[in-house]
Amino acid sequence: MAKFKRDKNERVLSIRDLNISFKTNYGTVRAIRGVRLDLFQGETIAIVGESGSGKSVTVKTMMGILDSNGTIDSGSIIYRCREKDGSEIEYDLTKMSQKDIRYKLCGKHIAMVFQDPMTSLDPTMTIGRQIMEPILEHETVSRAEAADRALKLLDEVGINEPSKTFKQYPHELSGGMRQRVVIAIALACDPDILICDEPTTALDVTIQAKILEKIKEIQLKKNISVIYITHDLGVVAKVADYVAVMYAGRIVEKGNINEVFYDPRHPYTWGLLSSMPDVDTDSDRLFAIPGSPPNLMEEVVGDAFAPRNPFALKIDYREEPPMYDVGGQHRVASWLCDPHAPKVEVPAELKVRIEKMKKEAGVQ
Amino acid sequence: MSETRKPLLHVEDLKQYFRVNRKQVTKAVDGISFDIYEGETYGLVGESGSGKSTTGRAIIRLYDPTGGKIIFDGHDISGRLSKEDERYLRTNMAMIFQDPMACLNPRKKVKEIIAEGLEIHHLCSSQAEVDEKVNEVLDKVGLSREQATRFPHQFSGGQRQRVGIARALVMNPRLVIADECISALDVSIQAQVVNLMKDLQDDLGTTYLFIAHDLSMVKYISDRIGVMHLGHIVETGTTDEIFENPIHPYTKSLLSAIPHPNPIVEKKRIALSYNKDEEGVDYEAGHEHVLSETHKVLATDEEFAKWTAA
Repeated sequence: MAKFKRDKNERVLSIRDLNISFKTNYGTVRAIRGVRLDLFQGETIAIVGESGSGKSVTVKTMMGILDSNGTIDSGSIIYRCREKDGSEIEYDLTKMSQKDIRYKLCGKHIAMVFQDPMTSLDPTMTIGRQIMEPILEHETVSRAEAADRALKLLDEVGINEPSKTFKQYPHELSGGMRQRVVIAIALACDPDILICDEPTTALDVTIQAKILEKIKEIQLKKNISVIYITHDLGVVAKVADYVAVMYAGRIVEKGNINEVFYDPRHPYTWGLLSSMPDVDTDSDRLFAIPGSPPNLMEEVVGDAFAPRNPFALKIDYREEPPMYDVGGQHRVASWLCDPHAPKVEVPAELKVRIEKMKKEAGVQ
Repeated sequence: MSETRKPLLHVEDLKQYFRVNRKQVTKAVDGISFDIYEGETYGLVGESGSGKSTTGRAIIRLYDPTGGKIIFDGHDISGRLSKEDERYLRTNMAMIFQDPMACLNPRKKVKEIIAEGLEIHHLCSSQAEVDEKVNEVLDKVGLSREQATRFPHQFSGGQRQRVGIARALVMNPRLVIADECISALDVSIQAQVVNLMKDLQDDLGTTYLFIAHDLSMVKYISDRIGVMHLGHIVETGTTDEIFENPIHPYTKSLLSAIPHPNPIVEKKRIALSYNKDEEGVDYEAGHEHVLSETHKVLATDEEFAKWTAA
């Protein structure tokens, strides 16, 4: 597989040292603690993590739909885009008001597909009108033209009878069809970035594969960048070029997909990979990461994963690990990667599994 | 699997229809039969709308079955329930629901939620006995006793599902119906809950009916699997038989849809699709073909010949 080239000039989005906190009745929750991430033209990145790890908050900030009790404490999200006349414009999304983001960027440049297709469509509007809505809102085109484009979009996302579906209401469609419609709406204004927040969690496995293949196909055709948010590593393996694993508001491991899957370095990634059920083994026990994620209401001292980490070192409880460069695009935030750290091997069971995966894939 | 084992639950030709309006009837479950033996786990898989949840709900009598027979440990629980049968059913069969956020009463403490069954059936003579039973079951599911006085919203998703399991187990039921009980949880927590359910089964010898749409999880927990599609069980067999030698194209498409965490292989793989109408498969016309004592496929003779030849 050709590796995705990350060319500096093609960067569309760069997040730097982002910190976000939420004020609640019980205290301040530090949901995002220093996230740094880049997205390049035509690339697919996946943000993986448990619920509460901050993956959704990160993308909500990009869309300007952060909840009202959330504040951006520091950091920047730079978005570069080319206007129609060819000039390049840079926006800092953290400096813009939510209203500005929504008027200037949402839909037109950055679009989002939400988790649940049942609730993200308006039940009182026909499918056709819902797809036309963003087109009419953002561009000066006639209704007939917009309708024409809506039909084309429906065809593009793989709906068999576009003209029939155009007149239908959301409740008349199955879950998979509805998610296709949601994707069509997201693509209506030719965005540069498509954010998919758990696009297939609410769907069956058989339909999941088809939706993912469709998104991939459209992405290649239009050369857009896609951000997936998911906790399903199977989905990640299928679609992503680049993976960022998040835990408790920080990115703990990132790298291109082969680096992270075939050579994971962070104990949390080990845990995630081991807890995936493997259809081919006979072992009848699943590996489970002990304990539960930390409460971000309290100040996190040291590595947030340390209490659940069987390989934790003493320093893990005192100081937060820096990001180590372990070669290629691979970056890991774990003291285990420090040159002074004792050598810790990947758990035996996972090692066997990775070896087998490598053999199947034919890589060394 | 020995011949002498008596089924704990025997379901025969179970039908559950829902009348939508005067002209239209939805046949959610359309004549299915299966047995569940004491101490085993039977996995029921299929896509949404295949009738697997309806089956579970009909068995525990949240619905009144339209037709067929359900025999639970010698008691017929399909028709009108006599007082004794109803009592037997309610104390010996329990259910774990899908969404741990929605299925716990937010106004009650965890202790009260778990003890509710004991109190309704007057199974304990004193409050002390109730407390003791609740504490016992909390220990079993890995929650601490201090947590008993908390409210559901103070727990995380995985812990809430443990409360749901504790509530199901407090009556010492013989059969537990787990309806998609891990679908709403995170991957790392899913593994914890599945392991917990397996440990409890080893300890208590409980029988499970495990309903899910994720075949890879079902593989870990089930002894036998039934694959449902549009109200019919299209294939049933032991876990090995289903995974090693699937016959029905629907089973094959389900198996092929399991995502593998292997990026290079996964990117090239294309899932098999299955469309009943395109292939011209008629479930109504099919009958059961027996491959082995446990492995059965629903098909007409031609279909069966075609599928086994390939």
